[in-house]
Amino acid sequence: MTEARSYYGRPILKEPVWTPEIPVYFFVGGMAGASAALAFAAEAAGQEDLARRAWGVAAAGVTVSPALLISDLGRPSRFLNMLRMFKVTSPMSVGSWILAGSGATITPAAVHAFTGRFGGLARLLRPVAALLGLPLATYTGALVANTSIPVWHEARRQLPFLFGAGAAASAGAALLVVTPLEHAAPARRLAVWGAVAELVVTNAMEQHLGELGEPYHAEEAGTYARLAKVLTALGAVVTGAAAARSRPAAVAGGVSLLGGALAERWSVFRAGFQSAADPKYVVEPQRRRKAAA
Amino acid sequence: MTLSKGFFTDTSICIGCKACEVACKEWNDIPQSLQGFTGMSYDNTVDLGADTWRHVAFVEQEVHDGVRWLMSSDVCKHCTHAACLEVCPTGALFRTEFDTVVVQQDICNGCGYCVPACPFGVLDKRESDGRVWKCTLCYDRLKDDKTPACAQACPTQSIQFGELDELRERANGRLEKLVEAGPTDARLYLSGSDDGVNGAGAFFLLLDEPEVYGLPPDPVDPVHDLGSTWAAAGAAAVALGAGIAAAFLGGRR
Repeated sequence: MTEARSYYGRPILKEPVWTPEIPVYFFVGGMAGASAALAFAAEAAGQEDLARRAWGVAAAGVTVSPALLISDLGRPSRFLNMLRMFKVTSPMSVGSWILAGSGATITPAAVHAFTGRFGGLARLLRPVAALLGLPLATYTGALVANTSIPVWHEARRQLPFLFGAGAAASAGAALLVVTPLEHAAPARRLAVWGAVAELVVTNAMEQHLGELGEPYHAEEAGTYARLAKVLTALGAVVTGAAAARSRPAAVAGGVSLLGGALAERWSVFRAGFQSAADPKYVVEPQRRRKAAA
Repeated sequence: MTLSKGFFTDTSICIGCKACEVACKEWNDIPQSLQGFTGMSYDNTVDLGADTWRHVAFVEQEVHDGVRWLMSSDVCKHCTHAACLEVCPTGALFRTEFDTVVVQQDICNGCGYCVPACPFGVLDKRESDGRVWKCTLCYDRLKDDKTPACAQACPTQSIQFGELDELRERANGRLEKLVEAGPTDARLYLSGSDDGVNGAGAFFLLLDEPEVYGLPPDPVDPVHDLGSTWAAAGAAAVALGAGIAAAFLGGRR
């Protein structure tokens, strides 16, 4: 018998209990983090208009993010317990501190960008916001990878890059949508590069996963993985070809890229459920590992 | 210092009476868990979860002269390297003085990270309550120097409670006897201290492959790979920063 044996085909692992807010947070938080770094870089390059809008996107993102995370909790009133300790073995703990720090630094920076108030404080906090924004965009990949779900755990070297690339594409795309053409050049470049990186890393992840990556070609995760690729590729082409000359093209390209990045997160999220549901993803690799040892 | 306590579950003498399930439910005041009629032999408990901390598996196997009936009472493994405890962001999950792993219900905020982290699929969220629940190895009873409810109720001593080193010796002796008695597929599961979870506080004598009972054949604490996971997250953050910087440098050419 070659097929993996099991207990009546029942799963060995538990499916995650996370609600749809979690993959939406992966998308929104990533966009916010990359936008903060983009805003800081724009300021350094003297592009005040782009910087102001990027601080705005970042601030909106870090305001929505805690709300998404708190509403996922089984006991929302205990959300502050997330900051009860700092645990390196828990990417969720580390991420809670990164998100708290991002909120505390991006918000004053954005207030200054739009009102001109708190200049001294903003100057002090902007580099911190930019530095925290980078791991804010990638730690979520480590979070899902640090579980027993095979399709996540075995992609631990790719997932942070996938989420980072998605964050770059999302931040670039969001700013493409809200920024006049003459100020949007860096956002355009970031959007296209991020989209290309997303497609490359997705492919590398699926190659690396082999049979364990089956969920990305089946059921809901498969549908959204395809949708993500189509929207991301389409967005990159439209943005690269026409977004420098046409506002409608910039908006269309940006929206397509945002949709692609969101679909990508949803696909990864659902793949985890599908991977947990079938015991063969647990039994077969572990059997092979035992046989090799 | 108290010695490590745990369970040795000898499935070769389990009679499938489910006294352990009932005793656990009663002592720990666990809500009902009606999971329907499954058709899986005599098992309508289905699996371990928020409301099932002991689960008796029933496996019917066709053999040349009839049916072989395997029964096994599953429970939280109380791993030495416990992924649930390591990933818990609030510190609700902690290690007791008996080296067991327990959820502090006044701390748990129901983030759910421990649920997919566990390589055995033990923990789950109680929907009516929002928090995560699992076997405490009767922490309250241990504090009073009493035997956990399941082991106390087990009529055949299939579930044995005690000091882990002594239980391991007993298990080795039992396996030797079974092997002497005739051809057998008996094997110990999680009885060492050098496996993927660095030893478990609950180990088993099984009569077939672990996966036949719904157990992973070679479980590993996912947190063992955390170094490469964090390294990738760090490298990806640096790459993202470089990409953003390059998006501005590109315009100056």
